[in-house]
Amino acid sequence: MNIDSIRNGYVIDHIKAGTAMAIYNFLGLDKLDCSVAVIKNASSSKTEKKDIIKIDALIDLDLDVLGYLDPGITVNTVKEGAIIEKRKLRLPRELHGVIRCKNPRCISSVEQELPQRFRLADEEKGVYRCIYCDHKAQRE
Amino acid sequence: MRHLIDIQDLSTQEIEHLIDVANDIMANPDKYAEKCRRKKLATLFYEPSTRTRLSFESAMLELGGSVIGFSEAASSSAAKGESVADTARTVSCFADIIAMRHPKEGAPLVASMAASIPVINAGDGGHKHPTQTLTDLLTISRVKGRLGNMTVGLCGDLMFGRTVHSLIGALSRYEGIRFVMISPEELTIPDYVQQDIQKSNIPYRETRSLEEAMPELDVLYMTRVQRERFFNEADYIRLKDSYILTPEKLRTAKEDLAILHPLPRVNEISTAVDSDPRACYFKQVLCGKYIRMALIMMLLEVE
Ligand SMILES: [Zn+2]
Repeated sequence: MNIDSIRNGYVIDHIKAGTAMAIYNFLGLDKLDCSVAVIKNASSSKTEKKDIIKIDALIDLDLDVLGYLDPGITVNTVKEGAIIEKRKLRLPRELHGVIRCKNPRCISSVEQELPQRFRLADEEKGVYRCIYCDHKAQRE
Repeated sequence: MRHLIDIQDLSTQEIEHLIDVANDIMANPDKYAEKCRRKKLATLFYEPSTRTRLSFESAMLELGGSVIGFSEAASSSAAKGESVADTARTVSCFADIIAMRHPKEGAPLVASMAASIPVINAGDGGHKHPTQTLTDLLTISRVKGRLGNMTVGLCGDLMFGRTVHSLIGALSRYEGIRFVMISPEELTIPDYVQQDIQKSNIPYRETRSLEEAMPELDVLYMTRVQRERFFNEADYIRLKDSYILTPEKLRTAKEDLAILHPLPRVNEISTAVDSDPRACYFKQVLCGKYIRMALIMMLLEVE
């Protein structure tokens, strides 16, 4: 695959340098049949280094999860070889089924089938709290 | 349809309205004796809390309504493994409003998402207990004649005391509030509560000494310092007496101080204080019933 020429897919750009593999794993990209390129330590225009992931298929991409993992990311959607959309991500207001509450006193830890839901409590610090017990989410 | 899960679900106007209605019920109880006729309150108590349950039940009975429910998990469907959501859906078919007490944090919220009738959080573990806060606010407003412009001392276990945290949150919305946090170093208020106070620009200070804080207080809110919160017995023994309220410690207090306590008390307020006119904690229990009457009416929209 020529990594510069994706026909239909995504270029996940401006990933914090050194973290692309973590995102690759979290999104389960290893399970895809299409070509996926992970570029580490590309030079960014902003003098700093960045990672990039290119996916050569228009898969179902969960932007909330991506925004949670790294709100600095830009997702470029490519169709017929041209970028048709550029989306700067931000921390999502709510997270559904992405992380689990670790508070043993939380109702969601007893009733396992309850949906895991977190709300953004502090955008500046990126703090999420469980909607049931207000426990702070731990970033892994 | 409205629920009450967190005290912050209510605006200050709504709290003011509840306080007005509670005061009116106290003045004219007969006017309210039939307000909830043919309405049923379900008290779903997954852990025993006799005081809170009786307060809810007598509130509904005094409104002319009736009460169904259970008072511990062992006698409920939860013992057979039914989920909170399923119980809430089922009970919605029998009752008009639910008051739920549960040892797990967030259970009443889960119930409110599933129920087709209003749900009141009657305490979920160490998390929230909004009707206690409403009780505290009604008591303070009746005794002091206002909810702002006063110095409020919070004494005892400020780290784990949920009633303290939600009272701080509720009072922070009024003007001219100052807090004095009186606690041992091991039990100071958690960071996130402290940050909230700082964010709302409320003046506050911390002290280890109840005696030192006493002269400036308009309200003193006492909580229990529990033995199990300490790493060793020696620290507990050394500290516990400094946070016990006695007539001697009250010597420098203001004439019109109001002493509150969410009850039950163990030994943190000496019984010698009970006869002091400034002791308001039994008044507080009575206020709890009236504010719950006002709340039930509001959520059932029968005003
Ligand atoms: Zn939780």
